[in-house]
Amino acid sequence: MADVAADRVPVVKPAGAWRGYALPLIIFVLFALIPFVGQFTAESYLLSLVTRVMIFSIAALSLDLLVGYGALVSFGHAAFMGIGAYAVGILASHGFGDALVSLPVALAASALFAWLTGIVCLRTRGVYFIMITLAFGQMAFFTASSLAPYGGDDGLTLQERSTIAGLDLLSSDRALYYVTLLCLIAVYVFCRSLVTSRFGRVFRGARENATRMTTLGYDVYRYQLVAYVIAGMIAGLSGFLLANATNFVAPAYMSWQRSGELLIMIILGGIGSLNGAIVGTAAFLLLEEWLAGFTEHWKMIFGPFLVLVVVFVPGGLLGISRWVMRRLRGG
Amino acid sequence: MSATLLFVQTLNGLQLGVLLFLIAAGLTLVFGVMDFINLAHGVQYMLGAYLAVMFYALTGSFVLALVLALIAALAFGLFLEFVVFRHLYGRDHLDHVIATFGIIMFLNQAVKYLWGAAPLSLPVPEALSGSVQLMPGLLYPVWRLVIIGSGLGVALLLYILVSRSRIGMLVRAGSTHAPIVSALGVDIRRLFTIVFGFGAMLAGFAGIMIAPILSVEPGMGDSILILAFVVIVIGGIGSIRGAFIAALLIGLVDTLGRSFAVDILRTFMTSSTARTVGPALASMLIYVLMALVLYFRPAGLFPAKGR
Repeated sequence: MADVAADRVPVVKPAGAWRGYALPLIIFVLFALIPFVGQFTAESYLLSLVTRVMIFSIAALSLDLLVGYGALVSFGHAAFMGIGAYAVGILASHGFGDALVSLPVALAASALFAWLTGIVCLRTRGVYFIMITLAFGQMAFFTASSLAPYGGDDGLTLQERSTIAGLDLLSSDRALYYVTLLCLIAVYVFCRSLVTSRFGRVFRGARENATRMTTLGYDVYRYQLVAYVIAGMIAGLSGFLLANATNFVAPAYMSWQRSGELLIMIILGGIGSLNGAIVGTAAFLLLEEWLAGFTEHWKMIFGPFLVLVVVFVPGGLLGISRWVMRRLRGG
Repeated sequence: MSATLLFVQTLNGLQLGVLLFLIAAGLTLVFGVMDFINLAHGVQYMLGAYLAVMFYALTGSFVLALVLALIAALAFGLFLEFVVFRHLYGRDHLDHVIATFGIIMFLNQAVKYLWGAAPLSLPVPEALSGSVQLMPGLLYPVWRLVIIGSGLGVALLLYILVSRSRIGMLVRAGSTHAPIVSALGVDIRRLFTIVFGFGAMLAGFAGIMIAPILSVEPGMGDSILILAFVVIVIGGIGSIRGAFIAALLIGLVDTLGRSFAVDILRTFMTSSTARTVGPALASMLIYVLMALVLYFRPAGLFPAKGR
């Protein structure tokens, strides 16, 4: 499993290639325009749906950092989201409803969890890594379920969104929407500069051949641990946003099914591409929403769709667009 | 914590253990031979249970239902292999994960569509429905003993098949040195189809046997699938012996943990804390066990030789 995705990750394009910037630019401009479109339709529905897409995109980006660029397939990634969300919920129930308190705590808690579990997980490789991250994810899930003072299995409803420095800045759906968009852009830019940095090149090198990187004098374990902690923190941020968007925190946020869905989002979009993570997340959530509007049995359509995508387009949705582009150019 | 209760819970743990083994055996062979991660193995177990309910309703006989459901589970396994999995060999594991996840989604929903979301039940066959007295003051349901017995029987059969027969030899060789076996003129794809169908049937068998005890409902395969993965990882991937020992270990640890965690914790903490911490600790016990095993033996307890 060390070779996961190694053969399908596109070579990072030279920094000057315009196409590298066109797609993210289009995506972010589209996101920025949605609230204006929303005025003419069911605004709160549209805003909450797209906010959700952006929040999960942030988590998917962080997962793609590990899976796509490091071949570290984490099956417990939802735990970090859950920890971020619970930090908001638990603090709020004790009267600390300010983001200046809860955001640092959410980031620190998810980073700490990532560091402690990463020390153990990164001793293993491949399928064993998948399973041990699953194990830690499940431990987090059961811990959350047993937090009787904070709702146990039923979860915890938040009275109101986080304030910022005492100000009620997030109370409107639109404000939360744009804050989420800003977070998404910041995370995207950060991830992008990370993977092209020297750090990122060592990390990606370890994906291709860990032994070679070790021989070259790099402490691969430390690079991977740092990346794991960073990814955990970013997922913690998405958890913080999710708790604010839904005003609700529950153990279900940490379930292994949720971790599986995150993996599917990035595979659907095309692994090892930050754009793919966003495209895949949007496709997954929007398709789910759209199909569910047709029939309650939408999973009977969605399931075979996933199978067809895998069998016929190995590169995910971005693979389709690349294939189409090649065809167009090739005539 | 009386001796009787301990004995009963040990038997229950054993019963969960053999059930897990039936599921894990197919999973570990498929993974060992073809390097294929089949998340849809759990729905085979669910399907076994549903098919048994359906055939029982049609025929009114448990034995007939068992036989027909086994055949149908085998046929369905082969059908899945033919339609989907065949196209994914040699692709990377993430492709397996997403495709089989899609199959889970479809089948869980299809079952809900066909049989409804409400749990169904299958009666215990009349002749085996009572309880027996194992020792004074201890009555134990016969059917649970039948599950333990049949599970151990299948394990023995599988052991003989894998270690003594020609096809077992090929499977063992294939799970460690697939390219060489293939170069020696063995059609490894056909071998895999056989292994796959057989594994699907075993999972179906587990579902049929447990149906009289558990309620038969959509999604019942999902949690047991995760347990089966824990089993094959602890046991060492591709190793039948490892799967057997790990399955019994997990079955016992899980069952005994759930029954006695609170009592044990109570000996060194207050009763109310123990009641809060106990259940959570009990549910994560097997994951703690897995993390510990992988930390000290990253390839599992009984790694298949040559991997």
